[in-house]
Amino acid sequence: MAGRQPQASVPPRVAPWRDPVIRGYVFQIVVFGAVVALAWWLVTNTLQNMERQKIASGFGFITQESGFDIGDTLIPYSPASTYGEAIWVGILNTLRVALLGIVFSTVLGTVIGIGRLSTNWLLAKICGWYVEIIRNIPLLLQLFIWYKLITLYSPGPREAATIGNVFISNRGVQFPVPKADPAHMWMGIALLLGIAASFVLARWAKARQHATGQQFPTGWATLGLILGLPLIVFIGAGFPLVWDVPELKGFNFQGGVVLLPEFFALLLGLTIYTAAFIAEIVRAGILAVNRGQSEAAAALGLRPGTSMRLVILPQALRVIIPPMTSQYLNITKNSSLAIAIGYPDVVAILNTTMNQTGQAIEGTALIMACYLTVSLSISFFMNWYNKKISLVER
Amino acid sequence: MSIDQTLPGSLAPEDKANLQAAAGAPEAIVAPPGGTGGPVLWMRKNLFGSLRDSIITVLLGAVLLYVGWGFFKWAVIGATWTAQTADACRANAGGACWAYLVEKAPFMLYGTYPFEERWRPTIVSLLIIAMLVSSCDRRMWNWRLAAMWVVGFAVSWILMFGGVFGLPYVETGLWGGLPVTLILSVVALAAAFPMAILLALGRRSNMPAIKALCVGFIELIRGVPLISLLIMASVMLPLFLPEGVTIDKFLRALVAFSLFAAAYLAEVIRGGLQAIPKGQYEAADALGLSYRLKTQMIILPQALRLVIPPLVNTFIGFFKDTSLVYIIGIYDLLTAGESAVKDPAWRGFANETYLFLAAVYFIFCFSMSRYSQYLERDLNKSHRR
Repeated sequence: MAGRQPQASVPPRVAPWRDPVIRGYVFQIVVFGAVVALAWWLVTNTLQNMERQKIASGFGFITQESGFDIGDTLIPYSPASTYGEAIWVGILNTLRVALLGIVFSTVLGTVIGIGRLSTNWLLAKICGWYVEIIRNIPLLLQLFIWYKLITLYSPGPREAATIGNVFISNRGVQFPVPKADPAHMWMGIALLLGIAASFVLARWAKARQHATGQQFPTGWATLGLILGLPLIVFIGAGFPLVWDVPELKGFNFQGGVVLLPEFFALLLGLTIYTAAFIAEIVRAGILAVNRGQSEAAAALGLRPGTSMRLVILPQALRVIIPPMTSQYLNITKNSSLAIAIGYPDVVAILNTTMNQTGQAIEGTALIMACYLTVSLSISFFMNWYNKKISLVER
Repeated sequence: MSIDQTLPGSLAPEDKANLQAAAGAPEAIVAPPGGTGGPVLWMRKNLFGSLRDSIITVLLGAVLLYVGWGFFKWAVIGATWTAQTADACRANAGGACWAYLVEKAPFMLYGTYPFEERWRPTIVSLLIIAMLVSSCDRRMWNWRLAAMWVVGFAVSWILMFGGVFGLPYVETGLWGGLPVTLILSVVALAAAFPMAILLALGRRSNMPAIKALCVGFIELIRGVPLISLLIMASVMLPLFLPEGVTIDKFLRALVAFSLFAAAYLAEVIRGGLQAIPKGQYEAADALGLSYRLKTQMIILPQALRLVIPPLVNTFIGFFKDTSLVYIIGIYDLLTAGESAVKDPAWRGFANETYLFLAAVYFIFCFSMSRYSQYLERDLNKSHRR
């Protein structure tokens, strides 16, 4: 027996071309070589074509003057600014519309998803048809519809609808903003302090409730901290508030801040479209929670709202988070449809840049780099959150 | 078979008699107790169950009636049904102009395809729709399906391009409307499918180089918006090719769509591959099957069957996404609609156009999504116990 042991552990001799390990290596080398060869072929072609068509290469254009104006900027920008600044304006615009879209569509989608499960037949049916109709019409068409409705039914600047110092017209919504003041920075710091303090307070209140069973009105205290601290600074600094009010000069408004109709159309379209998908995710998540959980919550005497908030939703979230992540990524990517209705997002600005400089490769590479960065950050954050709330099993 | 034989012998004689009476006697069928049916009770339960429910119902009902009546007034009562020019419609501003749709719908459906040749895209569209519908039949899910699509594509190719059998040649630049939307989504999916299977298998491979390539490709494509791929196809692809070789714009968009579809389909198929129990792989290995045979005969048939409903959903997504070719100026349904809106002779009927386009897209997508829901229930029958 002892003599046969080593013999059994020696693998049977196979020809090298039949050995799976060697075959694996050969296969990988061949495929990898083919991909490299393809890439090499494409790059040589491209270089030749660019030389022939006299297209410049490299990212030198970033520091050149852009020469075009952008309707909606979050940072100071003029046609004399560089392409780099223009791209930065575009990135900020994309991020702003994506972030707002994420917030609004989450709220709307959750409401509709819960509404679809309502015992009220009419509400459930309306929410169901909302989902079916919105989901089955292309987003681009919906954006056109919203844009048309907004521009068609809003008045000209001279007949603008006025609410206080806010002017609503087909040039967008103009509203006053406070002029910058040093005290505002301190108010911001106070706000951050308030948020930090409310986190500490919430932890303390939770620990106390665990220890003694006494509840603490965390909600009101948090509100007081977050709003109160900046308010104290504001009062202490002597009410430093001067409004920059928009005024009608000639054919358009001057001063204040404007949100373009394109921005509203894009935000509205993205929110309404994505909310339909989020509603389905929320509904599936809630249905995935065992019925016994809501019955147990009812047996403990929790009201329906409280049981939804404390029992059902926390468990449903575990089912909801992964598909929700891909919806958030979709909003970010879908915001690139802005180019079709003329909102200056990063794709639209880089498209203009490509047309002006002729440097298509660098432009497309920049678009892809921007979206990959955002996509990977969102998935990273959502994976972290998902891990945090997932069930810790024994 | 009489009751006697089916009853267990341990029953008492009077129980037996009762059961026999219940089985045979008509008076054992009891009518439901009163007060559990009827529309009034249904409404009381489902619409006015509580004070909050009643408020919601009344508010929603009011909004629904208001919007519905407004739409009815616009679309039916005040509508202009026939008119030779736009002026008759413009005089009647408060209503819809269906005369415009009668005039413009053919243009939206066919785009700039030569007028006297429009029967060709009509046949192609009907052919593709018929093939889509017959693909829904599960009895077709074998080699016949593949054969049907190959023949169908060949016929569509000949009809759309022409140039043979006495049909005048029509270049892709003139194609437009619904056939473009259908061809883009169907052909891109067909081209993407084999690529997606390879990518999904590659992503689960234990060869590091293959896996890295597949993961890199899938994540790159999924991480960027479709528009950037379309822009790349329209401006960069010509630079990639050697001097003298050109592909036309329609084909370039098709390439971009196929790459995009391949990455998304690969992830769907990977879901199916992951759902196959490990025992299936091990059993195939134990039988001594090679990797190719194992994949082809054991794994893929099961995995693909599992992912058919999500595949249909992905297809609905592509169908909607084809509208993005508007941005690179290909004449699909949406682009044709937009240029109909801008026609100076019939300017100002955007609402009617968008309603028509939305209805066309909705009919296609809604029926597909209903089919996918049916399929999901039907395929899950064996899993539900």
